[in-house]
Amino acid sequence: MKKQTKSFLLRALILAIALTFLYLPIMTLIVYSFNESKMVTVWTNFSLKWYRALFNNSAIITAVGISLTIAFMSAITSVVIGTLAAFVMVRVHKFWGESAFLLFMTAPMILPEVISGLALLLLFVTLGDIIPVFSDRGIITIWIAHVTFCSAYATVVIRSRIVELDVSIEEAAKDLGAGPMKVFFVIILPAIMPAEVAAFLLSFTMSIDDLVITSFVAGPNSTTLPMLIFSSVRRGLSPEINALASVIVFVVSCFAFGLWVLTVRKQKRKEKNAQMIAAALRKENAKTLAH
Amino acid sequence: MAVVNVGSYTMKRPGSKGHRPPPRFVPEKKISWRERAIIFVPYLWMILFFLIPFLIIFKISFSITEISIPPYSPIITFEDGAMQIILHLENYTNIFTDPDGTYLRSYLKSIHVAAFSTFLCLIIGYPIAWALATSKSATRNILFILIIMPSWTSFVVRIYAWMTILKRDGLINDILMTIGVIDHPIHMLQTDFAVYVGIVYCYLPYMVLPLFSALMKVDYSLIEAAQDLGCKPVKTFFNALVPQTKSGIIAGAMLVFIPAIGEYVIPELLGGKDSILIGRILWQEFFNNRDWPLASAVAITMLTIMAIPIIWFFKNQRKQGAHV
Repeated sequence: MKKQTKSFLLRALILAIALTFLYLPIMTLIVYSFNESKMVTVWTNFSLKWYRALFNNSAIITAVGISLTIAFMSAITSVVIGTLAAFVMVRVHKFWGESAFLLFMTAPMILPEVISGLALLLLFVTLGDIIPVFSDRGIITIWIAHVTFCSAYATVVIRSRIVELDVSIEEAAKDLGAGPMKVFFVIILPAIMPAEVAAFLLSFTMSIDDLVITSFVAGPNSTTLPMLIFSSVRRGLSPEINALASVIVFVVSCFAFGLWVLTVRKQKRKEKNAQMIAAALRKENAKTLAH
Repeated sequence: MAVVNVGSYTMKRPGSKGHRPPPRFVPEKKISWRERAIIFVPYLWMILFFLIPFLIIFKISFSITEISIPPYSPIITFEDGAMQIILHLENYTNIFTDPDGTYLRSYLKSIHVAAFSTFLCLIIGYPIAWALATSKSATRNILFILIIMPSWTSFVVRIYAWMTILKRDGLINDILMTIGVIDHPIHMLQTDFAVYVGIVYCYLPYMVLPLFSALMKVDYSLIEAAQDLGCKPVKTFFNALVPQTKSGIIAGAMLVFIPAIGEYVIPELLGGKDSILIGRILWQEFFNNRDWPLASAVAITMLTIMAIPIIWFFKNQRKQGAHV
């Protein structure tokens, strides 16, 4: 018992330090976003003026729009490509260039962004001579760049779910005459839906947050939100960025809270099911014993 | 329910190391046209937007800058109907024989910073992953979300937050001066210390996640057995826990080390004038000097350095199967 308390205290201590380290910077930003002074770190009075300035800043609003559009497009495409790639990895073996395929689907995750960004830009410049779409860089080129690294992440997430699928259910459906399309949409897709949603969200956050690759492939009229924040931070600290950061943190934490509620509910349902099954088994056992 | 295709299942051999987790999906049959079509889409995308760009970087690293559009000399030219290939090696000789040694020094510095940050992430991340993996499942859910959540907020904003904390009249100096520990503010922003803080802060989740998933699979009865038999905690840790989580350690370390080598934003915003990492050099050559061929040569050299860790990571991932 004593050993257990000790390990519990150790765990609590580690997590407390870790969470302080993780949340201290974010909390500081939020607190100072309500500061009236233009000096970011000298507290004067409570004020909402930086929020007012933020919502009247048309450059930021435009950048948010561009970022959201690209993130949405990239996430959808990444999930489609990720699902296909994950299927290939789990279900198809021994095809030509299998190792290369696996490498292509892993490497974009770890490669430094400056390299990927430069590589993609040089590709677009080279292709621009042949295909005019690539010659003026903007949302399309950013979308392609984002899909290339997001789909690698999407593949990992979806793959770990496909691995767990019970193949016999698909085979039963096939034996009963379902075509491959029907098997996919009626059996497989509902089963991997949580992973698809997770992959979509991961790709979305990856895309909306990317700065380095985007800076390489963006054009003059496609400044995304991270690019805008980066250029204003480089010019010096600005309280407007604090307000923007607080809004981002607020949106993300609402989202995280929703996610938490969902997981808790799912777990409760699982526990309830397990209890029901256990109860049923007990009844059954009692019956057999009575016989 | 009829059991179909029994013959196509491969049994998991006990003790086999690199097993593929799923039952094989009719491996005897030739790959059908439908499977070919499924392979085709992601394969084509990655060849077009991942493989070919690298070939282009490689090609351009052998040209020199020119004032033209695009700003580099062509490698293949046609003169009098004859094809000429001109390969310039100047960029590579520049990198290696630069009199100031800027490039070589920045490569070494990048490797040094990345290696030390990886080490810091490992010793900070391991206890966190352990605490997560061993807590009750209900608390684990919320803790997990809490640990991951900062990485869903904007990356640049998180770096910016550290700027407000570390700067001269920032939070840390304010607090230390008010308490009276120091008289003069400590110079923290624009130092290597700030770069380490930034890298550890931003890359910690990439270390914690693979470690967490490895620690979840650990057979804790072995740990208990070791302790019951009188093994000291430190020895238990290195002989029982570390070997069982080796793949998680490799995955986490590579997920931090490889991207950290090419990091640009963190040294740019938190580092000083002397923390010239290779990512910064590449960015400057490309955006400020508009020397695309030299930037390409820097990228190719960086890739060569990273080849071994990348292959290591890749092999580890393959062995691991589906888990990152």
